[in-house]
Order: sequence, then structure tokens, then C-alpha cells
Amino acid sequence: MDFSYTILILVLPFLIFLLIGSLGSRWRPHLSGLLGTSGLFIITVLAYVTAFNYFIHRTGEAYQAIEASQLTWLSFTDDLIIHLGILLDPLSVMMLVVITTVSLMVHIYSLGYMKGEAGFARYFAFLSFFTFSMLGLVVATNIFQMYIFWELVGLSSYLLIGFYYERPSAVAAAKKAFIVTRFADLGFLIGILILSFNTNTFDFARLTDQHGPVIAQPVTAMFMGLSVTTWAMLLIFMGGAGKSAMFPLHIWLPDAMEGPTPVSALIHAATMVVAGVYLVARLFPIYHFSSPGSLDVIAYVGSFTSLFAAVIACTQLDIKRVLAYSTLSQIGYMMVALGVSGYGNEAGLGYMASLFHLFTHAFFKALLFLGAGSVIHAVHNNLMTEMGGLRKYMPVTHITFLVACITIAGIPPFSGFFSKDEILVAAFEHNKIIFAVQWLVAGITAFYMFRLYFNIFWNSNPEYHHTPHESPSTMTIPLFILAVMSIFSGFVPFHELVTSDGRPLATEFHPMIAVPSVLIALAGIGLAAALYYRKNSRPETIAKSLKAFYTMAYRKFYVDEVYLFVTHKVVFQLISRPAAWFDRHIVDGTMNLIGNSTVSFSGAIKEMQSGEVQWYIWYFTSGVLLLALMILYLT
Amino acid sequence: MNLQAEIPLDYLVVLSTIVFFIGLMGVLIRRNLITMLMGIELMLNAVNINFVAFNHYLFPHRLEGHFFALIVMAIAAAEAAIAISLIINIYRQFATVSVDDVDELKH
Repeated sequence: MDFSYTILILVLPFLIFLLIGSLGSRWRPHLSGLLGTSGLFIITVLAYVTAFNYFIHRTGEAYQAIEASQLTWLSFTDDLIIHLGILLDPLSVMMLVVITTVSLMVHIYSLGYMKGEAGFARYFAFLSFFTFSMLGLVVATNIFQMYIFWELVGLSSYLLIGFYYERPSAVAAAKKAFIVTRFADLGFLIGILILSFNTNTFDFARLTDQHGPVIAQPVTAMFMGLSVTTWAMLLIFMGGAGKSAMFPLHIWLPDAMEGPTPVSALIHAATMVVAGVYLVARLFPIYHFSSPGSLDVIAYVGSFTSLFAAVIACTQLDIKRVLAYSTLSQIGYMMVALGVSGYGNEAGLGYMASLFHLFTHAFFKALLFLGAGSVIHAVHNNLMTEMGGLRKYMPVTHITFLVACITIAGIPPFSGFFSKDEILVAAFEHNKIIFAVQWLVAGITAFYMFRLYFNIFWNSNPEYHHTPHESPSTMTIPLFILAVMSIFSGFVPFHELVTSDGRPLATEFHPMIAVPSVLIALAGIGLAAALYYRKNSRPETIAKSLKAFYTMAYRKFYVDEVYLFVTHKVVFQLISRPAAWFDRHIVDGTMNLIGNSTVSFSGAIKEMQSGEVQWYIWYFTSGVLLLALMILYLT
Repeated sequence: MNLQAEIPLDYLVVLSTIVFFIGLMGVLIRRNLITMLMGIELMLNAVNINFVAFNHYLFPHRLEGHFFALIVMAIAAAEAAIAISLIINIYRQFATVSVDDVDELKH
């Protein structure tokens, strides 16, 4: 099978970015939008063709990784060569499908949502650029190429969060996202360097080979009680945690909602934030065989993040922020699933479940964000207290949003049920505590999603300035398509396609786990309905009775304040200020001393050049006499 | 050569040194251009004394020192002629012969 056409999947969006970016401002705006969208349509078709061709040709028992194209980029020595290439394996092909689908939906949706905005062409140029970077990230053949695209993705995220650059909050959010992820990427880079220093390779094929340098002969060198491999893998996970907004590096994601809503759907819900999950999944054999301890860390971090974010999501009033915390929580699920997974056959259930959840989550979370965008478009406000009763005005948005809420709550037979159920099964087999936490989070998830749903579409009608109306068809069609995918993507035979070792995995239905998880989800929905279906005073009563806890959750457990304290009080005051003082007084002072003494010395002797010949004769004569004396007495 | 027996070389060297420094001091201290010129003449003559004395005492059978002294005299004469004409011109321009007042390169 020849996959050389896959290079187009990377080249096309980059060309579109260059074209719109350089010429878009001269065209009529909708031309840029149409060019970007139709280009992405071609890319999506290519991705689907690739996926179809790849999954239909199974050689032997397992899917093999294919290098579709390879280009030697940098060649330092015979051993140290950095390639750029396209790697096709079940994981990357699945990601291609997810990214192109969501990106296409967001492109179509943006045609309506961003209509009439200043910077329409710039917006579509950035979208193409993001799509290019994200596709490049998932098809990277080596970790160095992945790092390059990793940073490009971060850059395009920065550009799109700061799209409304006249708004100070958007600029601050963009900076925050960039700095926090850059900080995490520092760990990622160090991890890459440690790993490749010890293995002499960047290629995923060699890194994850079970007879390869990392796994067959693990590095035995120790540093501070942990093996060097564990250090490398933990640092790499730090990069993934930054991008995937795991606690405590999650603080940038809720603020990133300052960007346009379709951008939040694409970047901060469906694709970029799952890059951390993708990274761990990509390097999973190393984690599993060489450093199982770091997998436990991943499981605990993911589990804690999912609980933590779910609790915060119950108290937030900005609907996009609720969705942002929900994203954190769901990514926590994916991390948990990876953390509890084994390798190969039945043990690899968690791995499969994690990517399955990534797959379904991309669709229903994009749908939620796009639905929220549609609502915001109609009422021009982000706060759920300013909404209510919108089901009458926005039927399509209402139905699709309801579908997404049911999906994320995990009610069968919608897709979220299947993927979440697999995760719970995997967690149950590995660690009962984590299972209990995830089971509880499933209930909280259902509660806060339906709190959102009832507050937007039911509850009491506030006074609207003008009657809300349904969004144009460019916005409702993507909602509809994504709703269909949210319902049916659970029936994709994922366990036969994307598994830890490429071999199909037999999964069975566990009613002992599925039934309680559905029950707690129903309980969450029921509680939300009781509190928010009609306007009543019960939510306030509950909030008052749990006042301290409610305030803490509403204030996001003061993590931002802790960060501000650490950066302002500790880093700025204790490190930056002394450093600045040293620079200003010692370093600059030395330079100033040299300069000033030269100036004053020359000021002192400049009077000698007076233009009066007799003085010159004096100097000359004294010099000659001095010289004569020196010659007389020193030789 | 009675002179040689009566006056040692040291005396002449001391004499020339004294004359030289008198001339030097004249150049350094006086502000009058003509006096400075006289100081220069004194210094030249001190050199001449040295030339003649060393030639006479160290190489009595050679004449280079004497010739040099003669050349210096000729040069000194030429120099005096030029210097005095310069001084006269300066006096016409500035109405003074004090070096302190003649401190402009352009007029």
C-alpha cells in the first residue's frame, strides 16, 4: 500500500496558511473563509482515505507502523541524524481523523460565528496554521520532530487565544497560556535530551521497540533515588501535563476561554489539550517497561485533576469556564486510563480506553463548545445567570446540546458511555481507590453538565434585550453532524483498531461496573434537575450551608493565588529582585566605574593640550630629562 | 697645544651645559618671541661648543666636528633671518610679540 500521498495532509494546510496569511487581507473576507474551509475539506477526505486504507490492510496479526515519507533534515554525525517524516500507525491515523473532522466542523461553524469580525482572514490563517501544526505533531516519526510541532501548536494556541488583542484580558490569557506551557515544555525538552542521550536515538520506532535500547537494556544510572529513565519519562510527562492542563499546570486552560469560542472547541477541548495524552500513549512502551513508577504518577495526577476540576466546574457561572473545567476532568480520565494500563492483550485495556475516550470526547466536547458558542452568539453573554428558557428560541442548539450532555454523562447507548465504561473497568482492575474516585467524578460530571443544560435552556427567562434567535445554518449544520458522531462514535470497533500492541483486543461488557456508573450519572442528572429545572432557592440554600467549601471551589481552590504568591512574592522578591539589584549595581557599576574613571582622568589631563608651545617644550624637556636619568641610573 | 693642558674637557662640557640650559630657560620662561629666539641661538651655540670641544679632544686629527659647527652657524643664521621676518609679520598682525597672545591658528 502506497501512502506517499499523506504528505499532502501536511503540505496543504501550510500552503493555505501562507496564502491566506499573506494575501487574505486584500481579498473579500468570505473568500478566505471559503478557501480555508474547502482546503480543509480536501484534507479531511485525504485523512479518511488514509484511515480506511490503513485499517483495512492488516498484515499478519498486528497493525504495523509505516513510515510514509522520510526526509533527512539535520545530520550532525553518523549517529545523530534528525529526520522529518510521516509515521502511520493506529494511533496517529486515529488522531488524523479526529483532528481533521473537528477542524472541518470548526471551520464551517466559524464561517457563521465569525462573520463580520475584523480579522476574519487572520482568524482563518491561524486556524490553518494550527491544523498544520497539530497534524504535524501526530504524524511525527521522532520525538524531536514532535517537539518542533509541539511548540508550533503552542504558538498557534497563543495567537488564537489572543485573537481579540484589543482586550487586555485576552492578551493576559494568551500570555499566561504561553508561559505556563513553555515552563512545562522546558521539562519536556530536558526529558527528550536525557532520553536521547542515553539511547542515541530520537526515533519512536527504536525508542518503543521492545528489543530496542530503552526497554531491553534500561539505563541503570541513578539520580536522587530514581533511575535516569524514570527522570526522563517524568520530565516528558511534565511537558504533556502542561499541554493537557493537568494539575498543577492547569491554570492556563480556563483563562484560554478568552479566545473565540470555535477556537476553544478546536484547540482547548478536542485536539491540542489531548496532545499530552497522545504523548504518553506514543511513548507508552517505555513508560510501561522501563519506568512503571511514572505511570502511577500519571494515574494519580489524572485522577486528582479529574476530581478537582469537576468540583470547580459545579460552581462556575461562565458557561465556557464550566466546559473548560469539564475538559480538564475528562482529560484526567484519559490520563488515569493510561496510568492504570498494562501492555498487550487484555492488560492493554486502559490504553485502548484512554484513546477511545479521547476519540469520543473530541466530538462531544467540540459539540458542547460549539453549542455554547451558539448560545453566546444569541444572547451576547457568557454567564448562565443571564440565560434561561432558550429551548423555545434555539431548538437545534437545544437538542444537540442535550445530546452532548447525555453523552458526556455516560448514558448508554451514547458514545461517552462506552469509553468511560472501559476506563472504569481498567481502573477497577488496577486500583480500587482510583476507580472509586472516577466513579464519583462520573456522577459529578453528570451533575454539572445538566446544571449547565438546565440553566441555559430551562429555568426562568431573564429579560433579553432582543429576542434570541437560532444561529445560521453554517453553525447548526456542524452541530448536527457532531451530534450524530457523538451518538454513534461509540459503536466504532475501537478495540480492534487502536490497541497498545496493534493486535485486536477482546472486550467484554461488565454490568457490575456499567450499572453503578449509569446509576450515579442518573443521580447526578436528577439532582441537577431538582435544583435547576425551575428557578428556586435550593441552590442558594445548599451553597450557604457549604459556604466555606463553596467559596473555595468558586475561587478555584486558590490555585491562581498560590501561583501569584509564588511568582510575585517568592520568585520576584527573593530571586529576581536580588538578581536585578546585582545587575544594576554590581555589573553595571563595574562598567560605569571603568567608564567614569576614564572620563575623569581624561578630564584631568585634557588641559595639557593647551596650544601653548612653551608648555609643550616643558613636557618634552622633562620627558627627555627623565629618560636620560632612567638610562643613567637604571642600566 | 697649551690650551689642552690648561683647560680640561670637563670645563668645556660644563660651560656648554650651562649655556644650553640658559638658552632653554629663555625659551621656556620668557614670553617675548625675540627673547625666545635668542634662547634658541644660545642652545645652538652650546651645541657648537660641544662639537668643537669633543672634536678637539677626542679626535684631534679629524675635522668633522668643526665642519658641523660651521654648518650649524650657517643654519642658525638662516633660521634667525626667517624667524625675525616671521616675528615682524606677527607683530604687524597682532601688534604684539608675546607668545601668550598669539594663540590662534587662523586669523
